[in-house]
Formats: sequence, structure tokens, C-alpha cells
Amino acid sequence: MSAAVAPEAPRSDRAALAFWAGLVALALLWDARLGALAALWAAGWLTNGLLAWWGGPTGRTAIPLVFGATLLALWEVAVRLYAVPSVILPAPSAIGARFAADLPMILSDLWQTLVKGALTGWLLGAALAVLTAIAIDRSPFLQRGLLPIGNFVAALPIVGIAPILVMWFGFDWQSKAAVVVVMVFFPILVNMVAGLAATDALQRDQVATWNAGYWQALGKLRLPAAMPFLFNGLKITTTLALIGAIVAEFFGSPTRGMGFRISTAVGQMDLPLVWAEILMAALAGSAFYAIVALAERRVTFWHPSQRQ
Amino acid sequence: MGRVMTETTVSTLTPPRAARRGWAGQAGRSALPVLTVLAAIVVAWYLAAVWMNAPWVRDQAARAGETVTTGQLLRATMAQERPVLPAPHQVAAALWEGVTGQSVTSKRSLVRHGWITLSATLAGFALGSAAGILLAVGIVHSRVMDLSIMPWAVASQTIPILAIAPMVIVVLASVGVTGLLPKALISAWLSFFPVLVGMVKGLRAPDPMQFDLMRSWNANGGQVLRFLRFPSSLPWLFASLKVAIAAALVGTIVGELPAGATQGLGARLLSGSYYGQTIQIWSALFAAAILAAGLVWLIGAVARLTLRRMGLAR
Repeated sequence: MSAAVAPEAPRSDRAALAFWAGLVALALLWDARLGALAALWAAGWLTNGLLAWWGGPTGRTAIPLVFGATLLALWEVAVRLYAVPSVILPAPSAIGARFAADLPMILSDLWQTLVKGALTGWLLGAALAVLTAIAIDRSPFLQRGLLPIGNFVAALPIVGIAPILVMWFGFDWQSKAAVVVVMVFFPILVNMVAGLAATDALQRDQVATWNAGYWQALGKLRLPAAMPFLFNGLKITTTLALIGAIVAEFFGSPTRGMGFRISTAVGQMDLPLVWAEILMAALAGSAFYAIVALAERRVTFWHPSQRQ
Repeated sequence: MGRVMTETTVSTLTPPRAARRGWAGQAGRSALPVLTVLAAIVVAWYLAAVWMNAPWVRDQAARAGETVTTGQLLRATMAQERPVLPAPHQVAAALWEGVTGQSVTSKRSLVRHGWITLSATLAGFALGSAAGILLAVGIVHSRVMDLSIMPWAVASQTIPILAIAPMVIVVLASVGVTGLLPKALISAWLSFFPVLVGMVKGLRAPDPMQFDLMRSWNANGGQVLRFLRFPSSLPWLFASLKVAIAAALVGTIVGELPAGATQGLGARLLSGSYYGQTIQIWSALFAAAILAAGLVWLIGAVARLTLRRMGLAR
């Protein structure tokens, strides 16, 4: 498809140049500061335009980075030019400085929320879901009953059980882990059940002709075949786990943890610290996802979606 | 990694096989199993309620110097004012009372709180979906937009955006924006990404032969969009709208959590947890669940009708 569009590049590029130049001029007429911002945006966008058409493969990988850098620069310059108070929107540089200065505290929050709360709950919930899926595997009746309910529950605002579980399990990480268990259980269960059903009759017949019992067939054929589905569920739930652990801390927590820090810092209008925690949550969330994706590549290297 | 991430993210958005079947056929075959499992859940819930509420009853009896018989114990665990785990019929009664027990303008009315949550959800959903569709149209037509924005859109799904919700509410309140708009913004933000990713996939769903055919008819970009891309993207659109509306509702409820919010189902959850009113928490939770189920069902119904009209349903 991109090949079909390519020949029109120069024309659309000249049009883009004219468009952005006009926009910058208009913004300049309105207000010099707005003009500077528009010029910055246009510069970033046109750089990406050049990279997209003439940058080659390396240029193309740089495009999202240029875009991100443009947004950051726009944010920084806008905050400085319009002198936005830091209780409304701190500049990226202020957030970065706060992040570096308070790194020990932020890391201890991360340990409390991600490792103790989210990770424990995620592992427990995943193990429970996989065991449940294997347990109901031999009963099509139970599967037909559980799957619609699982799909239904997956669409519910499960975060809402956080206050109840905080009451039951106390303020420390146990209640956060419990929220995470409930949040990740059904998405993983639904994926795992689908995964266990993913082998076709020919493959099962083949294993049967080798006189494999139920458990042998499960271990050698069906569990490996279920792995792409399982990892799909595991990847979706990494974000859910972190969200569950953070939101559960809004309902009560010891005096550390990302959710606790965010809610108290918001109360004190200490926005740079809030943003620093959010930066950490974003980094940790992406790293969590990346690690699971990496494990997926190692485990399901045979699957078509993993081949390069 | 980017390629793999795109695929898996979108694969969660494509309609599952079971969901494509007609409602009647699906219900007919799985009604008995579903009802059995539901009954098992209710029984387990009652047992858990007895087990979890019994210590308090025994404690009260011991303090009064009385002994309780099993029958008394069972009855007492079913009818506490602030049980550790309310029994199902208590929650059902509280739901019924909250919906029909008073006028809809009362502060205790679940209809009123539900409506406040629903209106913010729908506003945010409309805003987020519209933005997602528009940006997706831009992305399939502009290579620069595609290469600049898509990696960020995909990466953003790994970030716990919901954790920012309270900050958005408080910051907007400090500049004087309160009420429906801040919550709707969070909902919009949450429903924006599923729609964007699903629509980009959907608008690219037609195969090259179909694009060639449009070219041979000398169709311009707008015509290709209108007659080929939009119709073929609809299954993807509806699948992502279902994800988006559920996300929008969660966003609104979390947006109602920051202290100061007094209206909406999220505020009911929070005030219930402050004052130990467990029945209030559970009834708000079930009201939210019913709302979510209703919204997802509504989109499913619209999807089935539309796709059947277009001959796309199986």
C-alpha cells in the first residue's frame, strides 16, 4: 500500500510545506509565542516528512523518536513561554530533575507497588488461572458455563472491588496483590482455555496413535500449543496488574507505594513528584511488558507471529 | 518488538469466534452450563458470607455472655448492618432499594449516581472514539503520521494511564474545570487507543486486489475511504468500541474516586469504604457491573444489526 502512495510524495510534500508555513505565519500574527510553538511543531513534523521519504530504514526508526522529542520540546517551551505554574503543569526538565533527586524514594515506592503488590498478585493470579483452565479442560460443560461468565467479567470495572479487598486484607501489599489476582484471573483464564482448545484433531490423533495418555498429550502437545494464547493473556494483564496495584493504594496503604505517593502528592499540589511517579510507572509498565514479550519470544519461537 | 506488539494488541481487539455467533444460538447452547456455574457462585457466596461474618456474631454473643445456636448464627450472618461480606440477597435488596426506593433526585438514589457516571462515560466515549477514528483515517493516509504516532499509540497501551486519573481531576479542578468534563476527558483518553489501533487495522483490512479494483475505477482517496475502507473496517470498529466503552466506564469510575467527588458510582464506592458501609460498596459495584454489561451488550446489538444489514455477519 505504501508503494502505491509513494510516487505522489513530492507533490504532497510541497503542499505540506506550504500548509505548515501558512499555519506558522497565522500563529505568528496571533501571538509571537504561539508562532514559536507552531514553528517548533512544523519543524519536527517536516523533519519526519523528510525522514519518511528519504531517510531509509534507519531514518524511519528515528521518526517516532523525533516525534516524541518534538512533543517534549513543545511541552517545555510552552510551559516556559506562558509561565505555566508548576501546580498546573510542570516542565519536563522539572519532572526529570525531581525524578533524579527523589530516585531512592521512587524506587522504594516501586518495590512496594510493583514487586510486592503487582508482581505477586500477577504470578498468583496467572498460576490460578492456568490451573483452573487445566482443571475444567476435561469438562466441556464447565467450559461452556465459565467462558461466557469469564468474558463478561473481563468487561466489568473490577477495579471497584479494591475498597472491599483493602478492608479484608489490610493496608499492606497483601490487599493489592488480592486486587491484582482478581483483575488478571479472567483474561488469562479465557485465553488459556482457548489455548488448550487450539490443537486440531489431526494432531491429537497423531499423539493418540503413539499411545499417549491424557497427561502426556497435555504436556507434550497441548500445553506447548497453548503458549501463544497464554502469553497473549499474560501480556494484556501486565498493565492491568500495575493499574490494580496503584488504584488499590488510593483506598489505603502504608506510607509508601506509587498510588499512595501520587494521591498524597496531588493533595499537596506537588505536581513534579506526581509526574515523576507517573514516569516511573510508565517505565516499569513498559519494562514489565517487554520482559513478558521477550519470554514469549523464547518460549514460542516456533509460532508464525514470532518469526522474523 | 514493535511489530509483535502491534499484532498482539490488535489480536485482542478482533472479535472472538464465539462472539460472532447469533445471540439466540449462543444462549441456547450454553444457557444451562452458565446457569449452573452462576448457581455455584451464589452458593459459594452464601457459604463465604456465613464463614466470614460468623466471627463477629460469635464475638457479640460472647460479649453479651450468651451462646448462639447454629440456626441463630446462620440468621445473624445473613442480616448484619455492616457485614464483612454481605449476602447476595442483601446486595440485591440494597440495589432494588437504591433504584426504586426513593425519587431519582435523592442523594441515595443509584439511578442518579448511575446517570452521572453514565453521562460522563458516554461523553468521553464519544469524544475518544471520534478522535480515534479521525486519527486512524489520518494515519492510513499519511505515512509520516503512521510512522510518528503508531509506535507511541501501541507503547501507550503498556502504561498504566489510569493511575493519572486523580491528578487530572485535581489539576483541572484547580483551574476551575469541574463536573462532567474532567471525568469525560479520562474516559476519552482511555477509549481513544483501542479505537485508534483497531481502526488502523480495520481501514487496512481490504486486500490489495480490492484496492487495485478501486484504482482501476479511478477512485480518489475519499471514494476509496467511503466505499471500501469504511465498510470493511466495521467489524474491527465494533470490536474495539466494545473494549473502549468498558475502558471508558472504568475511567469514569476511577475519575470519581479523588476526595471531594460526591456524585457518581465511584464516589459511592469511596464513601462506602470510608464509613465501612459494605452493602453500599457492593450495591454500587453491582450497579457499575450492570451498567458495563448493558453498554457492552448495546454495542454488540448495534454491531449485529449493522453487520447483518451489510451481509458481513456469518
